[in-house]
Amino acid sequence: MALNEGEAIPELRVTPDKYLPHRYAGASGDFNPIHIDDEFAKMVGLPRNILHGLYSMGLVAKANAAVADGNPRALKRLSVQMRGMGVPEQEIVVTGTVKSRDGNRVVVDTVATQGETALIKNAEAELEL
Amino acid sequence: MALKTDAVGKEWPGSTYQVGREKIKEYANALGIDNPVHFDVEAARAAGFRDVVAPPMFAVVYSSPAVGPAILDPEVELNFAAMVHGGQAFEWDEPACSGDEITTTAKCLSIEEKDGKGFYVFETNSVNQDGAQVARGTWTLIVRGV
Repeated sequence: MALNEGEAIPELRVTPDKYLPHRYAGASGDFNPIHIDDEFAKMVGLPRNILHGLYSMGLVAKANAAVADGNPRALKRLSVQMRGMGVPEQEIVVTGTVKSRDGNRVVVDTVATQGETALIKNAEAELEL
Repeated sequence: MALKTDAVGKEWPGSTYQVGREKIKEYANALGIDNPVHFDVEAARAAGFRDVVAPPMFAVVYSSPAVGPAILDPEVELNFAAMVHGGQAFEWDEPACSGDEITTTAKCLSIEEKDGKGFYVFETNSVNQDGAQVARGTWTLIVRGV
């Protein structure tokens, strides 16, 4: 793909299953019970156990790396705001648009949404292709 | 109540993380990342890496152990129970590969109050065993009702 300014990057759609927060907790070392204990999450006023914000950020990184065929050297910078709460068993859609291109350096604006909820906002990724 | 800002500028001692193949695999699987450079040492070497290479966001795995003591430091006075992770940034340099020993230091960049919320910003700096810069992180933690 040419990746010119204004062009969309390929959309990433993922539906994290019921046990994804447990696997991400193990992988990341973040065992905060709001992510892995439905009862605890409800007790502290959440609708249910919620996804890790850094998991959603990981999906944003994955969608951007995919532009460079998954080359782990390509992503140079990623900054995000984590806003809405993500939940398991509901589809997440990551979309992005090329904001600028300077030679082999590409800046992509990205968002991750789940239904009506924006999980990741104002995400800016810088890629070296 | 005014937020206590004494900890701004404080730095915490480095925390060292040993990167391993199985941990990279576990992380890549959780994210559904299937590039063989994260699983297979031959594929990683063919692509020019020393060993199995971590996806960029694996940075949270090796750098967050340095953030914990900073957040929980009594001098910071951050109300952990009312905290949400509001923002995160990383800048990457040298890729993290299996066998690396990555040392991360943390520093408190700022503590500010906005709209009744406390914004605590920490920076992490991760360097590998050869002294090469691996990643720099900016962690924005928001505390409700300060």
